[in-house]
Amino acid sequence: MMYRDHQLTEDGKLKHFLSIEGLNKTLLTEILDLAESFTSLADHGRAVKKVPLLRGKTITNLFFENSTRTRTTFELAAKRLSADVLNLNISTSATSKGESLLDTLRNLEAMHCDMFVVRHASSGAAHFIANHCAPHISVINAGDGSHSHPTQAMLDMLTIRQHKSDFTPLRVAIVGDILHSRVARSQILALNTLGVTEVRVIAPRTLLPYDARSLGVHVFTDLHEGIEDVDVIIMLRLQKERMTGALLPSEHEYFNLYGLTEDKLHLAKPDVIVMHPGPINRGVEMDSAVADGKHSVILEQVSNGIAIRMAVMSICLGSRPEHQRREETA
Amino acid sequence: MSSTNQSISIINGRLIDPANQIDDMLDLHISQGHILAIGEKPSGFEAEKLIDATGRIICPGLIDLSARLREPGFEPKGTIASETRAAAYSGITTLVTLPDTNPVIDTPAVMELIRRRAKQSAHARVLCLGALTKNLNGKELSEMAALQNAGCVAVTNAGKPLGNTLIERRALEYASTFGIKVFIKPEDRHLRNDGCVHEGIISSRLGLPGYPEAAETVAVARDIALAEATGAHIHFQCISTAKSVNKINRACHDGINLTVDVAAHQLHLTEMDADDFNTLCHVDPPFRTLRDREALRQAVATGSIQAICSDHQPHEPDAKDHPFPDSETGISALETLLPLTLKLVDEKVLDLPTAIARLTIGPATIANLPFGRLDQGRTADVCIFDPDSHWQLNANEMISHGRNTPFANWEFRGKVTQTLFEGRITYDLDTQHERQ
Amino acid sequence: MVEQVTQTAFMQENAILDLIDGMASQLKRQLQQNGISEAAMIGIHTGGVWIAEKLHEKLQLAEPLGTLNISFYRDDFSRIGINPKVHPSNIPFEVEDKHIILVDDVLQTGRTIRAAMNEIFDFGRPASIIYATLIEKDGRELPIQASVVGLKPMLKQNDYLTLKGPSPLSLVIGRKLSGGDSEA
Repeated sequence: MMYRDHQLTEDGKLKHFLSIEGLNKTLLTEILDLAESFTSLADHGRAVKKVPLLRGKTITNLFFENSTRTRTTFELAAKRLSADVLNLNISTSATSKGESLLDTLRNLEAMHCDMFVVRHASSGAAHFIANHCAPHISVINAGDGSHSHPTQAMLDMLTIRQHKSDFTPLRVAIVGDILHSRVARSQILALNTLGVTEVRVIAPRTLLPYDARSLGVHVFTDLHEGIEDVDVIIMLRLQKERMTGALLPSEHEYFNLYGLTEDKLHLAKPDVIVMHPGPINRGVEMDSAVADGKHSVILEQVSNGIAIRMAVMSICLGSRPEHQRREETA
Repeated sequence: MSSTNQSISIINGRLIDPANQIDDMLDLHISQGHILAIGEKPSGFEAEKLIDATGRIICPGLIDLSARLREPGFEPKGTIASETRAAAYSGITTLVTLPDTNPVIDTPAVMELIRRRAKQSAHARVLCLGALTKNLNGKELSEMAALQNAGCVAVTNAGKPLGNTLIERRALEYASTFGIKVFIKPEDRHLRNDGCVHEGIISSRLGLPGYPEAAETVAVARDIALAEATGAHIHFQCISTAKSVNKINRACHDGINLTVDVAAHQLHLTEMDADDFNTLCHVDPPFRTLRDREALRQAVATGSIQAICSDHQPHEPDAKDHPFPDSETGISALETLLPLTLKLVDEKVLDLPTAIARLTIGPATIANLPFGRLDQGRTADVCIFDPDSHWQLNANEMISHGRNTPFANWEFRGKVTQTLFEGRITYDLDTQHERQ
Repeated sequence: MVEQVTQTAFMQENAILDLIDGMASQLKRQLQQNGISEAAMIGIHTGGVWIAEKLHEKLQLAEPLGTLNISFYRDDFSRIGINPKVHPSNIPFEVEDKHIILVDDVLQTGRTIRAAMNEIFDFGRPASIIYATLIEKDGRELPIQASVVGLKPMLKQNDYLTLKGPSPLSLVIGRKLSGGDSEA
């Protein structure tokens, strides 16, 4: 399977983090464990909230798609590990002048970088970059088209684990625009690899991918049926373009049918947790009572995001086999 | 070096000419660029050149109904000289090229330019499909009668959309006024949206925009209805779905004049092959499901699909060096046209004479060409190949400028040994001789 | 990863507890000599924490025991990567201006203590650090010394000691296949 060959070194260590696909439960659990230890860095009276783990390394944020939120968390994660960070918003520079993706990469490599964090509008872009960049560079996928957003999925898994400890008995529902969602695809893979009992997707047919069951989920088009007895509800963000693309009539109808409110939550387990990758459209995906309510763990997702990204960066940069290392300091 | 006037005898080979239902150990004698005799050599005839075809197959030179030569306008991808040379190497003696060059083939002048270039390198015959609309803009009709006079085989909009169904109806009616066939790659561009792989489990998993089956079948249904309404002769190019084949079959059954071809690569690969974002598998129409592939194979075997083409689209390496949705579509396919077709014989989809028919008399009949057959007096376009020669495709050694093929490193059985075009040897493996 | 070919028992718990008693006495003397009335203790994961727990009790220190995990401060990250199971460091007192007793199980190269001190300084600026180790071995690669030592055994060059625990505590000798990554 291509992704396994791509992301792992010969001895099975994680070199790139492009997709949950091809990674086994042990590896995913390692990432969660390491991230857990990074979450403690924020507390415990540290004057300096950094560790020198990646000191001397340069991490470049290559964002071909704009995203201040995600880019900032990656930047914070890198800085907490004492790495140097370069931010490149390509959407405003070279490639809009016609420079090919490959040329952009070659120019960047001349700047002696150790890691690219890439976000791009085309599915497969992160794989493409990992395939073509210099052998010593690690690539982290910060979202490629509708394909994969593995760090988001992992921070969601960490959040679930913090509340539910064991994945095995869980029923998890993902609600919203599954068709266009790289977050959903990565979450489904992670949940199934970690061994949950059931993953459900809930959406109108226009927002479901072809033969959604083939992704390893049960498909629902009715929210009430779909969230019955679930332990976790993940609400996906609804993009405005879906209304203009004849996929949905209005946010109003979407909220009526698929929006999460307190009374609908009663259908789920009493200790259900509500998640959202952010930013929330209040009144569309959920009302404020749910967003700020006792079931919501949305804010924890944000801080877990930094810890997960620190974990992934550490693992990838610590995995390179001898012959691929750059000059080491003595 | 072989000149037009050299007389040639091809002996000891197995001659397969489906047009004349011949499959026998027969010799072929050529003189003055034409076929002099089949079987016994005429008395008093002594060939200046003898080709020993022991253990080999002799068949008509192959005819490819869809091959982009990229010239004029896209020379970094290929030229008439380079691509016709690749054709000769592959046993292809007639290429039908599409009008989406730059400038577009919507005037006799551009056709003349292409004809001259082809004659200069003289590796193969290049025939043109003329543009259906001016500059392929989908709005205004081109001077089809003039193009026909200048020798175009048929007209097409080269896969570019027509403004609306009214324009399509009028274009079909106008073409049919002069008995000009219209080649159509059926596609509803709105349903296609920005699809780049078949809308199926692979597109769902990879999050790639899907190109639904309906984008082709809706267009096929529409085009069939318009063919019926206008009496125009439509040829469907590069069909990809089982459902399209069914629709076309039923329409033919109802007496509507339709023909259809399929690209060789669609008979082998499926959507699964794009699974790892392999841009070499980024083609248009996309590879479909296994069921579609089986239906296409069946249709080729029974003759519901009359011809196999290459859909040759050579590219410079950069074109494929992008994330999947941003890469250009197409395969450099001349050199695998015959090999992939012979593979179908190996896989017992169809027998050898039928396979050869799909590459010779099939396309000749569709395009109304006096080629693809070995009758006495016909121009001597001949392909000789060794059906037992095992070889492996090495992308770096391809003759075409384009090395973009997902069949790199595939093993094939059957290799062209000689190609004759108008009685001249344009390729000869035996003497390591290729006409420059 | 170091391959242990043989593992032989070196010392059982009773003897180790005796050594820890000795370390406690040394520490008391040291603190007195330096004029330190109040000190806090930090043990280094994992073996150092086991030792520190016992010492902390014997010295009846007021501040709770701090634990340090130096994984993020090691100097060999690029070569061996990161161990995912990391007990986080926990220093439940203010480091600034404190006298710290730093406790570990084995001192050899000195790299662990270098990392530990860097980490402590990221918490604050201590007034002083006294370093106590159960076992001292030859083989220093950095200018590090312990003020308090439980035992300095005679060992062959390729032998190394590992503290097993937490209960019962025991010391075992392993012999390396070849010279691998240095430990402490």
